[in-house]
Amino acid sequence: MPDTLDRTIRFGSNSGQPMTRRDGIAKVTGAATFTADNTPDNVLHAVYVPATIARGRVTSLDVAAAEAHPGVTHVLTPANRPHLHGDPEAKPTMFSFRIEVLQDDTVRYAGQPVAMVLGETLEAATEGARLLAPTYEMAPPRVDLDRAEPYDVEPGGFGRPTGASHGDIDAGHRAAVKSVDVTYSTAPQYHNAMETHAIVAAWDGDKLHLDVPTQALSMSCAAYASFFDIPVENVTINSPYLGGGFGSKAVPIGPNILAILAARMTGRPVKLMLTRQQMFGPTGHRGATRQRLRLGIDEDASLTVIDHDSLSETSSFDDFHEPAAGASQGLYAAGALRSVHRGARLDIGTPGAMRAPGEASGSAALECAMDEMAEAAGMDPLEFRLKNYAETEPGTGRPYSSKALRDCYLQGAERFGWAGRPLAPRQMRDENGLLTGWGMGTALFPCPMFMAEARATLRADGSALFETSAVDMGQGALTALAQIAADSLGLPVDNVEFRAGHSSLPDGGVAGGSGHTATAGGALHAAGSDVIRQLGEMAAADPASPLHGAGNASFVARHGRLYVDGDDSRSEPFADILSRAGGADLVGSGSASRPPETAAQYAMYSHGAVFAEVKVDPDLCQVQVTRLVGAFAAGRIINPKLADSQLLGGLIWGISFALHEEAHHDPVTGRIVNADFAGYHVPVNADVRGLEVLTVHEDDPHVNLLGIKGVGEIGIVGTVGAIGNAIWHATGHRIRRFPIRIEDLLKA
Amino acid sequence: MRPFDFVRPTSVDEALAAWEDGAAWLGGGTNLVDLMKTGAVAPTRLIDLSRLPGMRGIEVLADGSTRIGALVGNSELANDPDFAGNFPMVAEAILSGASGQIRNAATVAGNVMQHPREAWFHGPASDPLAGDTGKLAVLGTDGAPAAVNPSDFCVPLVALGAVVEIVGPDGTRDIPVADLHRMPTADDPRHTTLTPGELILALRLPPEAAGFAAHSRYLKVRDRTSFAFALTSAAACMRIEDGKIAEARLTLGAVAPRPWRVAEAEDLLKGQTPGPEVFATAAELALDGARAVGGNDWKIDLARRTALRALDMAAAGTPAEMPALPASVFGTQRKEPAHA
Ligand SMILES: Cc1cc2nc3c(=O)[nH]c(=O)nc-3n(C[C@H](O)[C@H](O)[C@H](O)COP(=O)(O)OP(=O)(O)OC[C@H]3O[C@@H](n4cnc5c(N)ncnc54)[C@H](O)[C@@H]3O)c2cc1C
Repeated sequence: MPDTLDRTIRFGSNSGQPMTRRDGIAKVTGAATFTADNTPDNVLHAVYVPATIARGRVTSLDVAAAEAHPGVTHVLTPANRPHLHGDPEAKPTMFSFRIEVLQDDTVRYAGQPVAMVLGETLEAATEGARLLAPTYEMAPPRVDLDRAEPYDVEPGGFGRPTGASHGDIDAGHRAAVKSVDVTYSTAPQYHNAMETHAIVAAWDGDKLHLDVPTQALSMSCAAYASFFDIPVENVTINSPYLGGGFGSKAVPIGPNILAILAARMTGRPVKLMLTRQQMFGPTGHRGATRQRLRLGIDEDASLTVIDHDSLSETSSFDDFHEPAAGASQGLYAAGALRSVHRGARLDIGTPGAMRAPGEASGSAALECAMDEMAEAAGMDPLEFRLKNYAETEPGTGRPYSSKALRDCYLQGAERFGWAGRPLAPRQMRDENGLLTGWGMGTALFPCPMFMAEARATLRADGSALFETSAVDMGQGALTALAQIAADSLGLPVDNVEFRAGHSSLPDGGVAGGSGHTATAGGALHAAGSDVIRQLGEMAAADPASPLHGAGNASFVARHGRLYVDGDDSRSEPFADILSRAGGADLVGSGSASRPPETAAQYAMYSHGAVFAEVKVDPDLCQVQVTRLVGAFAAGRIINPKLADSQLLGGLIWGISFALHEEAHHDPVTGRIVNADFAGYHVPVNADVRGLEVLTVHEDDPHVNLLGIKGVGEIGIVGTVGAIGNAIWHATGHRIRRFPIRIEDLLKA
Repeated sequence: MRPFDFVRPTSVDEALAAWEDGAAWLGGGTNLVDLMKTGAVAPTRLIDLSRLPGMRGIEVLADGSTRIGALVGNSELANDPDFAGNFPMVAEAILSGASGQIRNAATVAGNVMQHPREAWFHGPASDPLAGDTGKLAVLGTDGAPAAVNPSDFCVPLVALGAVVEIVGPDGTRDIPVADLHRMPTADDPRHTTLTPGELILALRLPPEAAGFAAHSRYLKVRDRTSFAFALTSAAACMRIEDGKIAEARLTLGAVAPRPWRVAEAEDLLKGQTPGPEVFATAAELALDGARAVGGNDWKIDLARRTALRALDMAAAGTPAEMPALPASVFGTQRKEPAHA
């Protein structure tokens, strides 16, 4: 894969190297233990009964039948469920949702747990759950977004996007000589990480030990503690590996609380693992949207207005609105810019953050609308975007901390061979007569930082241990973070042991928002720097050290030695300094977060440009994405191999969003009728071909000390629109709904 | 757990004797075990057929017909060079179904007996039109919502006039594959015409079936490139003599509760010079009487286009090698290895 990065400018010798993931062998040999690999002695297996209606009440459960089944030990229903300290309708942390834990007999969505059975074996519990055979009093479910009553989202807090308005919107509309007014729909999508949700809960007095995959260890400890009225220190979470999270494993879900409650009630460890079908219910999803985009341009093809209104579904009892309209902020230079969010309540599980929440769905609509605007302007879509390139953040006027988007456009276009693309649609055929089309989209993703802490221990033998409760959910954090850690001490990465994934470690923050490498990495770097500072003080104060007296100079660490900065003739191995001081470990600590002043001063985003080629059978309308080229600028790339994997994964999610993923509700019961992988499609290998990723060099002095932005989510942004636009270019049909299906093209 | 007996007979007589009300034959289990896990079926006894002798052969009988033992694997059959050479569209259909792993485990009898995939199967009181109406039949149901027969394999089998050999308590009988499937009704939920307790011993292709090998294609339209059931499919084959169609066969898949063979279209093609107009007329005829359900009118249109294309492809001739993506509209792309 081409790499435009100049490796010589990297700090340290580990960062910037395409190291193979450290946990790779453990994973492919099965040595890595995921939550459900834990089966403690005396464990009870829990299986919950998901509601098969979306709205109403449970009128009966055949508890006697379930209890009579051999191996079934307990049946939990709203009638006997033990007291829970925390209020399931309250939200214990900023990123929490209301949950269903058998508080009553109401059914608020299909898939909601209505009872839980414990058994000596998984089979016994499964059969017990079936024997409960719930009956319902059913009310007509509200599962159709197009028939729901919209309301204005009241801004504030997680899941309630604020929206934004800059400039005179009406004037922007009036000034337009050409405009588009289009509505795009996106479908409900379910995260479906390979590893389904799972938990193994064990109590020891009022201490709680959990094996549970979580994207946020510390925050989860606090949430679980609050539900059970125990001090947060009493909760231990072990989460060494996640088989994917995608946003769904950041907050505690109702079934997990029930499993913990069951463990306390029975005095035995309880294990729960959701089935694939159960992943379509209480574990969050990306809510469907209907997005109206009104764009206008003046004579000069400059945007006078981007007016983005997004209607998104949420549950009847909580708020998470896909912040789709937000995708129109921060990107194109428009005279006036407005993002509005409206919501509608349906009888569905509460949506949540799913890979690039808002950006993915919002950019799908925005990038297609931009394509339609370019068409109206008679311009090449890339030329039109360059024409409306923003040098400062539109609306706010803030400078970008860095923005290599122009390079992304140009390098991506070059690599793809965009030049010579016919302007009009339906002009290209391949040698087999398939309609061929090219489309593009811009990718934008913010660079948040959260808060993280880390500890570094330099040992007398010159090796080091770094600790933080960071999370590897497959993205490679255990490797990339170790690279950062090693560089902070100037050690080869093989001399660095890295511990993460356990709540007893310093708070590694949240693996979300594509901010984990920046945040946890920043904390590790700070901890290492703290060690170097202490080591420098020790050496400078020690007459036996060649560094004696260099107290006012700063020190740098390279290859296991401490150097006076700028004077390579004065240095000493770490081990010597430590051994003279008695050989004790030297421990440093550090933390990272972004100062609010910096956050206010700069607009900080990762950028990218995605180019897509599709082929479409002219008669049968089956579509295949044959090439995708994505060029991304995301600050310093710590590990190009892992970064490429993240970006490639994002492109594949883009294919999935554009062509496949869609949950279907039964209008009578409200149930999702395609709740498995035979019915809910994601791309298979044969759908994924010709993918290429370029990372464009970008130095960012502001985003954080290490110049790291983040690559976790941006790959999906821009890709969906690029594919939709390529389908138009191939066929001449604008399909304004995702996923785009054969029938949509047939009917067009 | 839900208890059931598991028996493993070593002769057909033993197998028949093991049958009881509520039992099920177990082939590769790729369909049956899934349904048991979801609770859609709950057999009291599984009769594992894997140890039955003499059911794994592919043989040419004295009369020239080809007999495929019930336990022959899907992959094994499709990759048998003689079989694939004589019946290329059957091999192509098999290879377009499911995934490599499933095809390796699945038996041919299990494939023809696989259950329809109603989305509403497990739910109470659901709307039969919920979800993907592309999977609903447009033919053979008088407009009632019904799932299509999902098997790819059966489509060319019906086109070629294959029969299933059956043994039951009352002896043996043959049924044409064309008569094997039926639409379940409220009174009779069977999706096949087998009587409970009857066992498939083999499938047989008649001697004349190999005569179509030179012009024989299966085409399957689906909403992802591989590992998806058909939205529409068609098996088309013909014998071309002196530039004219001496005989043609056309069967549509995924449009009805059973493979949909269209004798009228076949008759029309006989004696004609292959070409777009006559194929279009045949394809039109093939969808005669189709009725949309739940707004899936497009499916009728798609099936017609699929039939037309399959006829075109068959007329063009069977490719020398199996396409990398068998039966795919993208099957002409040979540059990359098959992923399916
Ligand atoms: C994810 C997935 C995708 C799939 N995609 C496709 C596809 O695209 N196209 C396609 O055609 N198929 C597809 N299939 C279905 C697949 O082809 C069938 O599961 C397989 O062929 C069944 O064969 P088996 O031997 O495993 O049958 P089993 O599961 O063992 O049995 C299936 C049925 O046949 C009965 N049976 C088995 N043997 C006999 C016998 N000798 N006599 C009488 N009855 C018998 C069983 O009792 C049972 O009712 C898919 C399956 C899965 C799981």
